[in-house]
Amino acid sequence: MLKRQHLPVAATIALFILMFMTGSFRYTGFFSAQVLFNLLIDNAFLLIVAIGMTFVIVSGGIDLSVGSMVALTTMLSAGLLQQGGWPAWAVIPFVLAVGALFGAAMGALIHYFKIQPFIVTLAGMFLARGLCYLISINTITIDNGFYTDMAQTKIRFGDYFVSPSVIIALVVLVLAIYIAHYTRFGRTTYAIGGSEQSALLMGLPVARTKIMVYMFSGFCSALGGVVFTFYMLSGYGLHAVGLELDAIAATVIGGTLLTGGVGYVFGTFAGVMIYGVIQTLIVFQGTLSSWWTRIIIGILLFAFIVLQRLFTMRSDRKTGSVEKMA
Amino acid sequence: MTGDTKGRYATGKPTSWLNRTYKHHLFWPMALWMALLLFNLFYSPSFFKVVVREGHLYGSLIDILNFGAPLMLVAIGMTTVIATRGIDLSVGSVVAIAGALACQMISKGSDQNAVSLVIYAVVMALVLSIALGLWNGLLVSITGIQPIIATLILMVAGRGIAQLITDGQIITVSSTPYQYIGAGSLAGLPFSIFLVAIVFAISALLTRRTALGLYIESVGCNPEASRLAGIRAKTVMIIVYMFCGLCAGVAGLILSGNVASADGNNAGLWIELDAILAVVIGGTSLTGGRFYLTGTIVGALMIQTLTTTIYSVGVKPEVTLVVKAVVVMAVCLIQSEPFRKAIISRWKTRRYPAEREVTRHA
Repeated sequence: MLKRQHLPVAATIALFILMFMTGSFRYTGFFSAQVLFNLLIDNAFLLIVAIGMTFVIVSGGIDLSVGSMVALTTMLSAGLLQQGGWPAWAVIPFVLAVGALFGAAMGALIHYFKIQPFIVTLAGMFLARGLCYLISINTITIDNGFYTDMAQTKIRFGDYFVSPSVIIALVVLVLAIYIAHYTRFGRTTYAIGGSEQSALLMGLPVARTKIMVYMFSGFCSALGGVVFTFYMLSGYGLHAVGLELDAIAATVIGGTLLTGGVGYVFGTFAGVMIYGVIQTLIVFQGTLSSWWTRIIIGILLFAFIVLQRLFTMRSDRKTGSVEKMA
Repeated sequence: MTGDTKGRYATGKPTSWLNRTYKHHLFWPMALWMALLLFNLFYSPSFFKVVVREGHLYGSLIDILNFGAPLMLVAIGMTTVIATRGIDLSVGSVVAIAGALACQMISKGSDQNAVSLVIYAVVMALVLSIALGLWNGLLVSITGIQPIIATLILMVAGRGIAQLITDGQIITVSSTPYQYIGAGSLAGLPFSIFLVAIVFAISALLTRRTALGLYIESVGCNPEASRLAGIRAKTVMIIVYMFCGLCAGVAGLILSGNVASADGNNAGLWIELDAILAVVIGGTSLTGGRFYLTGTIVGALMIQTLTTTIYSVGVKPEVTLVVKAVVVMAVCLIQSEPFRKAIISRWKTRRYPAEREVTRHA
């Protein structure tokens, strides 16, 4: 049977199906596997970034630096490929390492010096954006063979196709689900999100896990940046502005509690797909302007947050006065 | 905060003048600001030059006041919100919405220079800003949603709303009275400064000369306890969010009046982050409770001085972000208790090995 803790995720998936069906009935050409695949192609980078964000939010923190990290990755890749003359096989591991290190450094500051994640990642956001401009203030176009191949390759399933980026994103998704639910690291992350104090008293490796969570998020945003580079074929300091908001919104719509401790990676996947469907619906409608995406996302955020609040309020009442005592 | 009280009361020793200065909440923000100004004094002495031209004052210092006005306003509102253990991420969006609505109404009018039209537009924009603040306040107080999430909704949707108002265009107005709000000058000083002064004076009077400030602090320390003590915690929260909305609205009018246009996408972009930064630099803790309005003003001035300094030094403006990031981290590390302890303990000899264990797990 459907467990209670799965309800928000189930609601998100139901909403996605409902939106997709609405689109299919209203617009001709909407109901096709290719439209579904295009959702994945256009949002592969968002999915990867949002997965990293899910871990951070589950651990009770927040990472505002992801959008800037994506931009820095595109810029770094472009700079190294075009100006540095590095080969693609060296650039990709390098930028991934930079992302992971960047995240780990922020995690260390958050944990050891007890500075709020909000502030530390905010500084990280400024720093990464600024570093982009240190490389160049203009767009750098990439004409590296490997990158253009990755942008143009179509992996075909009969009449339909996906891009290699989609495969990368789906692999990350499966790996992340495994890490979250079947490894010690994943369980510790949930425990820290539930109560850091309890996790510490239980003897869980809080310091290591917290740093690794931010490291994972940094890695994911760098990987998202690599995929974004395949998608845009350029490096630019203004790429992915506000992506952190999209990633947080997708995570929350996917049923992850911003207070930490509760959430599913698969829910984030559904959240990203809802994001994509809204954009596709607006494109199909034709008369609506792009800013409606933001307004609709805002309304959805509101609906899901209130829904979550109702759920947590009810469970608060069930567990009784224990929490009030504490 | 706990460190403060310990230092002041627990030791029982009379504190020296130097120690009192050091412990004062304005010490760190002022010291940082002074350091910046000193740097400018040596690097470019012309920084402090103020000249009078056509009855107006000109100079870097005046620029700092003028361009820093919107930030100071938003930061004042943000201080009161943070004092109640909240945060308002939507101020940037409110800035954009207020400017958009005012410019839209003025551009629709038959005579853009009519003072009555401008007053009407300004009042409507401010009413809408307060209403948006009310929305945030209701979400936080009644439904009990975490402030960072509750205001995230308006942060995401707000830019869309601003673009909805302006129909995705950048609206330009040619209205002298409206431009006066952002670019006019009164008694030689920029008019926006007087707006900041008025808002600051009102908020300081209300929070330091009436019980309201005490209520805000008690709600920030413990909402449930203050409710039991007979304070209307929810009303206090709604009021501070409405006040924050109002401040953001005024800042939006200054910003759009200064450039005589409204840009739903870029007006007030990242101002929420700068404002939070100003509040944190000013010594107000993000965990609520005590708040320092003067500290916030100094923090906002410091951020603006930093920006102006970077320009005058001749560093590429794009690099501002890197410097800002370094300053944010430096300020946060200085304010971080574990970091200070780590530094101090380098000079202290350990008395017994277990102490090392204790501090590591603290």
